Amino acid sequence: MSDRLLVSTRKGLFTVVRSGTGWDITRVDFLADNVTLALHDRRDGTTYVALDHGHFGVKVHRAKQGQAFEEIATPAYPPRPEGLVQNDMWGKPIPWSTQRIWALVAAGADEPGTIWCGTMPGGLFKSADHGATWHLLRGLWDHPKRAQWNGAGMDLPGLHSILIDPKTSQRVAIAVSTGGVWFTEDGGDSWQQRGAGMRADHVPPELTNDPNSQDVHHLAWCRAKPERMWVQHHNGIFVSDDEGQNFREITDVKPSVFGFAVAAHPTDPDIAWFVPEIKDEKRIPVDGKLVVTRTRDGGKSFEVLSDGLPQSHAYDVVYRHALTIDVSGNRLAFGSTTGGLWVTENQGDAWKCVTHTLPPVYAVTFA
Amino acid sequence: MPKVAFTPNIQRHVSCPDTEAEGRTVREVLDAVFAGNTRARGYVLDDQGALRRHMAIFIDGQQITDRERLSDAVGAHSSVYVFQALSGG
Repeated sequence: MSDRLLVSTRKGLFTVVRSGTGWDITRVDFLADNVTLALHDRRDGTTYVALDHGHFGVKVHRAKQGQAFEEIATPAYPPRPEGLVQNDMWGKPIPWSTQRIWALVAAGADEPGTIWCGTMPGGLFKSADHGATWHLLRGLWDHPKRAQWNGAGMDLPGLHSILIDPKTSQRVAIAVSTGGVWFTEDGGDSWQQRGAGMRADHVPPELTNDPNSQDVHHLAWCRAKPERMWVQHHNGIFVSDDEGQNFREITDVKPSVFGFAVAAHPTDPDIAWFVPEIKDEKRIPVDGKLVVTRTRDGGKSFEVLSDGLPQSHAYDVVYRHALTIDVSGNRLAFGSTTGGLWVTENQGDAWKCVTHTLPPVYAVTFA
Repeated sequence: MPKVAFTPNIQRHVSCPDTEAEGRTVREVLDAVFAGNTRARGYVLDDQGALRRHMAIFIDGQQITDRERLSDAVGAHSSVYVFQALSGG
């Protein structure tokens, strides 16, 4: 069980700790600053925090166990080649500059100190020295299909999901909005597109089934059985039994299949959670009722979990990094755009509101 | 030697005291400043060395025109002011 949460918000990083039967805010770092993501590396106790200072750009801070935060290197793109023309779908040049850090993930025990970082405009970076230095994984960035990625909710493509095989850190799956699901078996040197079976109904018909055109909102897998993957997609919910090679769509989920976040149980491949919104053009809970949906049978059926969640005039949106599960698979937590934070100790059967007055929540993770 | 001043808003993130720096262009002047304050560089310039989107530089009260190469001329007695837009919440 994890007794500590890191909550990244528009106005600071909040540490929430379990005491007795309740959860309380015990610490605030970077108050008033835009904290977009945090990572606690269980291997060595280091915490990494991504900040977006707006005018002054994206920054990364690190706190080694028991020490204060210090600014470290920000993943930076190499010089853009002279004469290179790569425009986005609106004809603007794709910037070779980190616009946002959208994924921070620690590698496995086989690669201590190695951290992966996904960004907008789509570059994937790796550090082998606890974030002191970063290098862009050119095998992905220089892939011809990368230039076809597009923005979705944001103007630029964003690499938001990184899943590292617990058995070997050489095997990594990623997902991009929009750019689908990709996989490497050599630590990031070479990449193969996966994701057959996903469907994008908001693009021209010739691209509907193109794996590179899929707007994956979030990708999760069962750590013990990574062949089971779950996708919360712009179009709905998809599940894979072969590590993302093929997906099948799940359509009969009440109250909705649209959303951003997904959490997968760490050991039971049949259990997953989603937080539904009405649909893409109405990104609010159905009927003003905030609920979580859960499947325990691999997607054959879903339960609607609402005990402890607001069921009237709730307009909370839960972003893709704002739903998290601990190593036990029993505790989950999520935060919302309207400043709510809820925790469950029993897989979502009942939720407890920690607070509903936080700044907009971008990300929640157990530490 | 050109004088260089930075917006007060940047100071809580990284110290950028008023200074003087040699250079005949904005690029040369900033390179000289950042040579002694490497962390400040990333707060003003992006990965490609261009002026960040919401940052601005004025020379003697005139806004620079080349935000990418920073080739605008700087006089020996010029004042270079680095500041940011006031947007954001």
